[in-house]
Amino acid sequence: MEPPSEMVHWLFGMFLLLLGLITLAEVIVGPDVWRRRAWRIYLWPGIAFGLGVVMWPVMTFFTNSAIHMVAHGAWAQALMAMGGAELGLAKGKLTSRWWKIATPVGLAVSGAAFLVHEQNGWFFARSAFLHHLVGWTLIGMALLTLTLVFRPRSVVFKSAFAVAIVALSVMLFSDRDLAPVFGHLSPLAGPPHR
Amino acid sequence: METQLVREQPADQVYTSTRARTVALLGPLTVVGGIIWAIVQPSRLTLLHPYHQGFWWLVIEAPLLVVFAGIAFAVFVARPLVAELEGDDGAA
Repeated sequence: MEPPSEMVHWLFGMFLLLLGLITLAEVIVGPDVWRRRAWRIYLWPGIAFGLGVVMWPVMTFFTNSAIHMVAHGAWAQALMAMGGAELGLAKGKLTSRWWKIATPVGLAVSGAAFLVHEQNGWFFARSAFLHHLVGWTLIGMALLTLTLVFRPRSVVFKSAFAVAIVALSVMLFSDRDLAPVFGHLSPLAGPPHR
Repeated sequence: METQLVREQPADQVYTSTRARTVALLGPLTVVGGIIWAIVQPSRLTLLHPYHQGFWWLVIEAPLLVVFAGIAFAVFVARPLVAELEGDDGAA
């Protein structure tokens, strides 16, 4: 009794929205205030790591093709590596700033996973459109976080990253298993159900 | 202007309270976003028309997930953060 895949996107959207709000709050108050409480610095990496963990059951139960399984599996590993590296940096166990590279790599793998497991064109259906859009947004976010490795205190890039996370959650909430996008729906996709 | 009754607020205190207010607004704005979505697309709230709906359609209500994220942020993240910022104001 699995939920429809659109609901899995909504649940991920909810956690991404929370992650986006947390990142926005961190940008607004600044790193010094944010780091006053130890638990707060684990929020972002902890949620990212958790999303990687719950990606495994998604891989297991939503495998309708080999490419889906490979994409979700690679994605789960990348998210866990990204969250794990950020947790290590937050705790102080990892000291080299090059560990920050794990975040752009994790986001790039996530973007690539979205793009490769969507085999239809942009206007095939809404889910296809959103998979392309989310994939390219994640690639853009990978570039943003790569810039943050070299300019870690840039408020502009941090704000852009936070807004991009919130935008990602909106995209995930817009997902439907079978619905038109801007009036386009391929006849091959089947009748829209809701 | 500064008298016995009216005192000018220091600039850094104003800045801190602006930040506190902005952080405090994020959660309620998210909740309002979820409520507006539910009003604009009531069909998304299957609890309003529950007959012949499957288990998942009754449990996962997308606009309520938005509201939930807003409440969780407001209670667990924004409230302690705002209290600290306001504590800074009080100490200043």
